[in-house]
Amino acid sequence: MIRKEEVLQDVVIKFAGDSGDGMQLTGTQFTNNTALLGADLSTFPDFPAEIRAPQGTLPGVSGFQLRFSSNSIHTPGDECDVLVAMNAAALKVNLGVLKKGGKVIINTDGFDSKNLRLANYAEGDNPLENGSLDSYDVIKMDVTKMTREALKEFTLGMKEKDRAKNMFVLGFLYFMYGRDMKNTEAFLTEKFGRKEDILASNLKALHAGYNYGDTTETFTTTYKVEKARIEAGSYRSIMGNQALAYGLIAASQKSGLPMFLGTYPITPASDILHELSRHKNFGVRTFQAEDEIAAISSAIGASYGGSLGVTTTSGPGMALKAEAMGLAVMLEIPLLIIDVQRGGPSTGLPTKTEQSDLLQAYYGRNGECPMPVLSASTPADCFEAVYEAVRISVQHMTPVIFLSDGYIANGAEPWKFPQSADLSPIHVKFKTDLGHGEEKFQPYLRDEKLVRPWAVPGTPGLEHRIGGIEKQNITGNVSYDPENHQLMVKIREEKINKIADHIPEQKLDSGEEKGKVLVLGWGSTYGAIKSAVNELQEDGLSVSHAHLRYLRPFPRNLGQILSQFETILVPELNNGQLIKILRDVYLVDAKSYNKIMGLPMTKTELVEEIRKYC
Amino acid sequence: MYRKGGVKITIVWTSARKFRIPEAHFLQNLPAFQYLCRQYFIMSDVIAAPLTAKDFATDQEVRWCPGCGDYSILAQVQKVMPTLGIPRENVVIISGIGCSSRFPYYMNTYGMHSIHGRATAIASGLKASRPELSVWIVTGDGDSLSIGGNHTIHLLRRNFDVNVLMFNNQIYGLTKGQYSPTSEENKVTKSTPMGSIDHPFNPLALAMGADASFVARTMDRDPKHLQAMLLRANQHKGASFLEIYQNCNIFNDGAFEIFTEKGSKPVETLFVENGKPLTFGAAGEKGLRLDGFTPKVVDLSEGFSTDDLWVHDETDIYKAQILTRIFDDPRSEGHLPRPFGVFYAKERACYEDMMAMQLEEAKSRKTADLDALLRGKEVWTIG
Repeated sequence: MIRKEEVLQDVVIKFAGDSGDGMQLTGTQFTNNTALLGADLSTFPDFPAEIRAPQGTLPGVSGFQLRFSSNSIHTPGDECDVLVAMNAAALKVNLGVLKKGGKVIINTDGFDSKNLRLANYAEGDNPLENGSLDSYDVIKMDVTKMTREALKEFTLGMKEKDRAKNMFVLGFLYFMYGRDMKNTEAFLTEKFGRKEDILASNLKALHAGYNYGDTTETFTTTYKVEKARIEAGSYRSIMGNQALAYGLIAASQKSGLPMFLGTYPITPASDILHELSRHKNFGVRTFQAEDEIAAISSAIGASYGGSLGVTTTSGPGMALKAEAMGLAVMLEIPLLIIDVQRGGPSTGLPTKTEQSDLLQAYYGRNGECPMPVLSASTPADCFEAVYEAVRISVQHMTPVIFLSDGYIANGAEPWKFPQSADLSPIHVKFKTDLGHGEEKFQPYLRDEKLVRPWAVPGTPGLEHRIGGIEKQNITGNVSYDPENHQLMVKIREEKINKIADHIPEQKLDSGEEKGKVLVLGWGSTYGAIKSAVNELQEDGLSVSHAHLRYLRPFPRNLGQILSQFETILVPELNNGQLIKILRDVYLVDAKSYNKIMGLPMTKTELVEEIRKYC
Repeated sequence: MYRKGGVKITIVWTSARKFRIPEAHFLQNLPAFQYLCRQYFIMSDVIAAPLTAKDFATDQEVRWCPGCGDYSILAQVQKVMPTLGIPRENVVIISGIGCSSRFPYYMNTYGMHSIHGRATAIASGLKASRPELSVWIVTGDGDSLSIGGNHTIHLLRRNFDVNVLMFNNQIYGLTKGQYSPTSEENKVTKSTPMGSIDHPFNPLALAMGADASFVARTMDRDPKHLQAMLLRANQHKGASFLEIYQNCNIFNDGAFEIFTEKGSKPVETLFVENGKPLTFGAAGEKGLRLDGFTPKVVDLSEGFSTDDLWVHDETDIYKAQILTRIFDDPRSEGHLPRPFGVFYAKERACYEDMMAMQLEEAKSRKTADLDALLRGKEVWTIG
């Protein structure tokens, strides 16, 4: 059979099925396979909070969106070219994001009367027959039946056989995009190495899917996406939480401080714990505490002992840790508090993304309690940004809040990984003895950065007491003196403000330094803002983009940048938080664009919004 | 070298032979002395710096109410510390919030006066990351059993090698007199004008329930016993939970009087010792025997001999639990005497040691190669 290979620039595929269908695994495998081809890519896993919501229902739908391109891309795409729908519910939930004319691959077995009913289709209504898919290219296959058929000689139960359905689909997509399957074969071998039957059946289903595409004459075209035209170098694929974990390990190695993670499992931060617990060979201690409070408290204890103390959490956990953060501010010891934000308030939307903890990070503690706040803008950026957060924390003797979110935590992109030798060293100095002319150790005697010495237990001659009660300047003794309290509050504030002298100036991501509109973002909206601004710039509009990593203190030139534009537009996945702080600090009449749907920002909506001000 | 923060030196050759060189601080700078030490003593036999109680006091004014039981506890801790052979700089005292939690300010060691209920959690992180430190947690009944109850039970089950000194005064002192989780039922306090309807904790039964590996009780008014219990708590490798009955003379004066005053102490208390029968009374004329699982008081003058008595075995987890359950209200008719001493002591693996072992094992399996980590398994090249 003659088959045509079509070269595409940019493809968005969404894998959607029941949360028990293995769509996240399928998506991740296809992503890794794509990465090895050298395409640029971006992913967006989108799954329910329930581990197994009732099978076949709309809330049970789990999705994984992957965009890959031979161009440089910054988002997982607003719309899909290909939708894989394992059942009726998956189709119903995701059809809205499929481009008109796009391909929809249907597992017909997931459209029986039971599945249709569970997906809330009216009695007798079937989307495969009612004409609703007429404007799409529909590929129907009975994945369940074909998988069972392929595995008929296996003695496995029907349930086990059906679990290999996702491998059949993956194999089919590998055929469609002309891939070899070595990485997935290796993955399966590693995962199921000891369970021969399961391994063999998964491999069989994978190949059966591929061969189905190859031998069925219906599929006359395969597709190819060339290597991306991005910066030369060696790349790997990385997810946000993974990059964050690596950044912490790298910072621990480069600072010489052994790392201690005190944490409590919480979505979407738990993967940082999982990742770090696998790297004990780097001297990483991970401690799964009894609750969020014990998690941060144990990290404070470790930090007091001279470790790099880290705690990871999400919004509800941040609220619980607040008092202990205050203690760390009073003790003036290093500590990393990592908040992988999710929809709030309260339990909110545990698996959905949001940027709504910024004000909590800024102000959410009793008393005057300033702390530096940094954020990551993409999955790979988590590495560098958290490395920088560690640097600030240990060099300025302060707890630091680091904000990531569910979208970048679980999203993946290619990462031009650094060489360890190229990472800037993080200099840390413990106080080891009394200096010349020093009679008694003064734990709150400060240097020119207003930083106090770090003297750890075990150091002879520097025995001292610290605590959460207000302390006398310099000596650290308990003090209720009114003048001293005001002085200490001002010093703690000034110490944080001074960090601005030790971080880079803010740069524009794109656009002219002066103009009509500056789109100012922070965190995970980076890709969408960048894509939208680039598109408008190509249309000749006067739009620039700046993206903040340092949220407290702000880079020292930020006010100057803001003054150069007629309109400052601040898109955020919250009800307007950064904008409140900007107005407070710079008295600037900035404009908000808010999305609070648990979903990432899209390029399309931003283009439309920015145009209003051009 | 041999002096780490001390002003005096004790050289311990073997545990049996001690050479105490008074006022030896001038010696330590002499090269000849240092040479001598190196020649004649193996480093591990030279334990630095047992000092005196005074060396463990700070220049901070002690601010507990006059007559508070905390003074005695502080004095006994300061007395015991120099005898432990632990360099002062390796001692860390962590407290939470409450009257007792001011303790670290008065001890010339490393110390942290932290936040309410969290001393145990902070100590867990410190001990996990610095196993060589001697970590002491000073806490009260409110701090450790109410706001910090969760951390207390988890610290005990994990069995960090730390010492928990739980000052139990059965009242909230710092907040001026509300009932605590160990206050007796019907107690009238500022927050319970009609009497408390809370059922109190039995702290040692709770500790046993959390699988503590060392459980003991002592009192502020018996300095010798308190010192002995501090020594035992320190000797025990694992989490030591020491409940110290402490009188709050302002808000709950006399709560333990019946156990501490000369007149009633002999018949109302039972001091247990490992391997010895449980006897009490002014002349040891009474004893406890087990009738099935039920402890019963017997009179040794009435046909019972010490052979009939319950012989204390600190390693018997079943009997230790019965012992902790001897918790009668001393006002009740036919009540049993309140036991003091080490109820249970049995070593098991400590969290920080197992954590260190896992790290060592991981290191021996795979070298820490940062570049290999960052690179991962699947790499592609552009350009």
